[in-house]
Order: sequence, then C-alpha cells, then structure tokens
Amino acid sequence: MALSLREYRAKIKSTESMKKITRAMELIAASRIIKAQQRAQAAAPYARELTRAVSAVASHSKVDHPLTTEVRTPKRAAILVITSDRGLAGAYSSSVLKEAERLAERVRGEGKEVDWYITGRKGEAYFKFRQRPVARTWTGFSDQPSYEVAAEIGNALIEAFLKEPDEDGVADEVHVVYTRFRSMLTQEPTAMRLMPLEVVEGVEKPAEADLLPLYEFEPSPSEVLDALLPQYVQSRIFFALLQAAASELAARQKAMKSATDNAEELIKKYTRIANQARQAGITQEISEIVGGVNALADANAGSE
Amino acid sequence: MAQDNGNALHVELVAADRVVWSGEANMVIARTTEGDVGVLPGHAPMLSLLVHAVVEIVTTGDEVVIAAADGGFLSVADNRVSVLSPHALLSNEIDVDAARADLEEAYAIVEPSEAEAHIRRAEARIRAVERAS
Repeated sequence: MALSLREYRAKIKSTESMKKITRAMELIAASRIIKAQQRAQAAAPYARELTRAVSAVASHSKVDHPLTTEVRTPKRAAILVITSDRGLAGAYSSSVLKEAERLAERVRGEGKEVDWYITGRKGEAYFKFRQRPVARTWTGFSDQPSYEVAAEIGNALIEAFLKEPDEDGVADEVHVVYTRFRSMLTQEPTAMRLMPLEVVEGVEKPAEADLLPLYEFEPSPSEVLDALLPQYVQSRIFFALLQAAASELAARQKAMKSATDNAEELIKKYTRIANQARQAGITQEISEIVGGVNALADANAGSE
Repeated sequence: MAQDNGNALHVELVAADRVVWSGEANMVIARTTEGDVGVLPGHAPMLSLLVHAVVEIVTTGDEVVIAAADGGFLSVADNRVSVLSPHALLSNEIDVDAARADLEEAYAIVEPSEAEAHIRRAEARIRAVERAS
C-alpha cells in the first residue's frame, strides 16, 4: 500500500508541473493573439486601398491581363496550404490539411492535377510522412508572418501561374487554403481561389458614395495594372497568413486551456485515489494493532 | 498657407503592415515613374506608380514629413491622397548607417538588375534622412 501511495504522489506532482506548463502556454498564446489581431488590423488599410485601386483600374480600362485570364482547359492547379510551424494547437493543422485534401479531391474530379505549396512545418511533415511530392515549402514564420515572406510566396506562385502551358511546374489555377479567424472561439479552414484573379468590382454594387472617380493613369492603365496585380496577390497572401497566425494562436490557447482543465481533473482524481490508499493503509495498521492487542489480551486471559 | 481643413488633402501613407503616417496636408510630393509629381488640394484623380524614392508631405501645420518608399503607388481622388508602398519608413525611423552599409553592399552585387534595386532603395533612405535634417 505504501508503495502505491508514493506512486500516486509522484503522478500528482508530474501532472501538476504539466499543468503549470500548459497554463503558461495558454497565457502566452492569449497575449499573442491580441498582437496578431492588431497586426491584421494594421494590414487592413493597405489591402483596402489596394483593392480600391485595382477596382478603379478595372472599371476604367478593359482588364486584360495574364493574371486575370482564365486558361481555357486548365490541367494543373497549385494549392497553397497554410499550416503552423508548431503543434500543441489542437486540431488546427489537421483541419486545414483536411480542407486542403477536400479541395484537392474536387480539383482532381475536374480533371486537373495538383501541385502542393506548403507553409509551416506541420504541413511539411504531413507530406513528407506520406512521401508525397511538394512543389515548394516555406517554414519558420507561422505565428509572425512578415510581408517579405508573403511577397516571396506571391512571386513564386505568380511565376508558376505565368509559365507557358506544358512547361514544367505550370499552374493554371492557384488556390489558397488557410484558417479564417472568425472569433476567439471559431476559426474555420477556408479555401479561396487566388488566380486567375477575380476582379472584385461587380460582385457588390458600390454605394453612391463609393463611386470611383475618373482616374488619370500614369504611365498608362496597363502598366499600372501590371504593377498593381502582383502586389494585390501578395497582399491577399499576406492577409491569409495573418489570419492563419491569429487562428493558430487562438487554437493553441483553446487546446492549452482544455489541457490545463484536464490536468486539474487528473490531479483531483489522483488525489482521491491517493487519499483512499493512505486511508486504507492507516485502517490496516490500526486493525493490525487492534488484532495484536486482542491476541495479547486473549493470551493473557488464557494464562490467568 | 493657413487653410481650413475643407481645403486640405487627407493623406495616408500606408505600408503593407501598418499605417506609416496619416493626417491633413497642403502638399504631397512624390517621385513616380514619369518624374516628380506635386499634389495640391483639388488635384484631378490620379493613379500612378512610384519608384524607390523620397515622399515629401507638407502638413497643414507647415511641417514637413519625409519618408522613403520602396516603390508602390500613389492614388489621388477627392482630396484624398494614398501613398501605398510594400515598405515605407519615415525619415526619423531610418537608420542611416544601416542604409549606408546597404548601399556599400549593393554596389558589390554583380547582377545589374538586382544591384540597381538595392542601390535605389538604400539611396532613397539616405536622401530622406539628408532632406529631413
């Protein structure tokens, strides 16, 4: 009995330190989410102005740009999957990957082959483990993405998209799968088509006040568009990365919170069992003593 | 140049990850691919591309805000000026020594097209600081 009591005490101790760790991780994630949200908010003006500018060009000149033209018979599609670098975030990475697989299934159903582009070590490991080929990976920034990284990813995808048909590594379509940050409680994996670009204008009728003025373009509408569209793509990717970062932290916070709660439960359970074991030990000791006394008393009584 | 706010430009200097400067101004000077452009209140709507260069903003308080922008573009409409650049720094945020070091490094790059972009970027930063001081 005494041995198992000691075992339980050791278990309680280790669960307690585990709880401390998960609790710390929860707090760290919670404080970082606020920062991530601020970053997402700080990036919003740029995206908004860029969208305005793109729709301004689009509404004044005929948009005929390689990045917006649909390939008539698309054969290959590139899918960019945004996962996390680190685990301990619950189902965060696996639900993005599941969504990506669903998208891939659909794309294959349309008769297209899929090239994978991955960000985050978790996604990289997932593909490596299954020995599936990956076109390119980027890692090491999932909780704090910078614009430079987004620009690099954007350029790689644009390059693939602009390759001649039948060339190696060409992508006729580019999709992005990332986790959208709805609120602290819900993050949903989302797939969006990045290229060919759908020009935003026309989706929603602009309100009277939002009517776009007649712009002068310098040097020329097409050259402005040439410069704008790649930046537009990069900013969309940056947006996805920021959303994913906030979602990752929220998922981690949630996972760590439930881990802490579980640890608490375990501690309670072990404490009860340990107390029981201790009590059983005491009871046994007492009954041994009482038994011994009785035996002595009996022996004495017999001798008298 | 004491003007009321109804007649001033609302300027937003926006980088990819933050708003670098925003406020009311009397004039914005920026360098586009076509040359220097000065924007005064009442300017016709315009969208043009910027090169790596200095952006100068004269605020309604007659202060001069100077920033270095790495390309991007300028859009003007209804007395609203947005300067968008993937990367922009105000003159007081620029580390001149780092910029000078970058310039030295850039001269060492063999690839001409790449070297030019680096040189321009570093030069724009140095010029922004020099203009501000």
